[in-house]
Amino acid sequence: MKIAVCIKRVADSETRVKIAADGKSLDEAGVKFILNPYDEFAVEEALQRKEKAGGGEVVVLACGSQASQETIRTTLAMGADRGVLLETAAVPADGLAVARALAAELKDGGFDLILFGKMAIDDYNHQVGPMVAELLELPCVTCVAHLNLVDGKGTAEREVEGGMEEVEFPLPAVLTTEKGLNEPRYPALKGIMAAKKKPLEVKPAALGAAGLEILAMTPPPDRKDGRIVGEGAAAVPALLQLLREEAKVL
Amino acid sequence: MSHVLAVLEQRDGALRKVSHEVVTGARRLADALGGEVHALVLAAGAVQGTEASGRYGADKVIVATHAGFGQYAPEGYARTVAERVRSGGYTAVVFAASAQGKDLAPRVAARLGVPLAADVTDVVVDGGAVIVTRPVYAGKALLKVKVTAAPAVVSLRPNVFTPVERPKAGGAETVAVSGDAGRVVVKGIKAAAGGSLDVAEAPIVISGGRGLKEPANFKLLEDLARAFGGKAAVGASRAVVDAGWRPHGDQVGQTGKTVSPSLYFAIGISGAIQHLAGMRTAKVIVAINKDKDAPIFKVADYGVVGDLFEIVPALTEAIGKLQS
Repeated sequence: MKIAVCIKRVADSETRVKIAADGKSLDEAGVKFILNPYDEFAVEEALQRKEKAGGGEVVVLACGSQASQETIRTTLAMGADRGVLLETAAVPADGLAVARALAAELKDGGFDLILFGKMAIDDYNHQVGPMVAELLELPCVTCVAHLNLVDGKGTAEREVEGGMEEVEFPLPAVLTTEKGLNEPRYPALKGIMAAKKKPLEVKPAALGAAGLEILAMTPPPDRKDGRIVGEGAAAVPALLQLLREEAKVL
Repeated sequence: MSHVLAVLEQRDGALRKVSHEVVTGARRLADALGGEVHALVLAAGAVQGTEASGRYGADKVIVATHAGFGQYAPEGYARTVAERVRSGGYTAVVFAASAQGKDLAPRVAARLGVPLAADVTDVVVDGGAVIVTRPVYAGKALLKVKVTAAPAVVSLRPNVFTPVERPKAGGAETVAVSGDAGRVVVKGIKAAAGGSLDVAEAPIVISGGRGLKEPANFKLLEDLARAFGGKAAVGASRAVVDAGWRPHGDQVGQTGKTVSPSLYFAIGISGAIQHLAGMRTAKVIVAINKDKDAPIFKVADYGVVGDLFEIVPALTEAIGKLQS
């Protein structure tokens, strides 16, 4: 099985967001960057599928800055075979621009599966995977929580409001992964050493024009100070009265 | 004319409530652009509840029918919506950022060759351009983004665009869709054990954390949710989801769902930054925790300090009385 996994380097979820001097982006000083958590499930799934098939290749692609090389190395340490960085100084806000760059690279790759995390925890765009599928005219299932692949056909479950949608699709296909699909492995020391020698190609990202222009990044409005209503079950009547009469939500 | 297409959702032949939010958002755009709202719903046949779309501001409701459209058909839906946008010459297209909208909107945008402004919490028109507000980093920052391509494709975060009655004609038309429904086939929806209300769409969310001590104790929160008579869903912190106590779909936070209910209960949750990011846009936050210094009390509107195993049953009883 030949599998591509598209990943992103993102700020850690514990990051306290400080806005940069340009007023439009994250101040990266002191910020820890990680492999996007949803992408870990995509990498793990690719590795398991390759292991199960008894052969093939797992190629990891990222669109991002030079620093994304480090993130790709993390996936090579997990067990991916090679990496490709589509380099750009800044990842555009327009997910379609990113999708175009990735699709151009993936187009003639002969992949059976192209995997993404369901979304990146920085921009919350939730769109690049299905956009790549449309550009490549491939079937696509998003937010996959369970997956079965047999003889070029797949069945998947994707989470929807109040249940799981059961979906059938043919391969090759684009899938985006949901938490719970698998348990991502940690890179072992042996893997980390091996990753240093694995091929990682760097080329410019063919992003094209973006159709979204960031005007400003601002902190969210402060919540007004709350108060402690009381202690223990004795505080329940007072709480209910506030919810009804002051907050008017009951 | 600058018309706006509102893409609605049905399940089992009935319009989903989030559709009224889509019509409300589309109406706001259409009023600013000086055009009409056309509401489009894809289905296998007639859809119950579409008449309400006129009440919320749809000038016209179009039901696009296909034998394969009873369940969500990603490819057939995307093709049908994109064709409608092209033939109707719409200035803007509005989706819900629901499970279906998050899947469909990017496909339609890619087919049209335009960007998608996803999961927006505000939308305005300034100098003829659509400008949206989108939470990023799970709401730790807000981005103001100008859409410079046409048509402007946006998806609206559920529970943010409160439906407003703006009665319009709401006339209905049905069009039959030909062609294939697509290679990706939805066979059905397996109902979740917790009921049909999702934390991302529920008007009331009751979340529990490690303070519940063990998975079975979530029954206390489920009882409280039931006392609210079908309006509340039970959520969970990352810690208890990672521990396998609750399903992933219930997780609230930066690596789970970002929710904006009118009332949020954080019960036995200390308030890690990634959890706070996921619920800080709730209209009212109530925290119940035994540690009076827990960070959750800094964002809560109302806090109760003490033993949740005493407080929650008392609250359930009181809410039950209030509702009956």
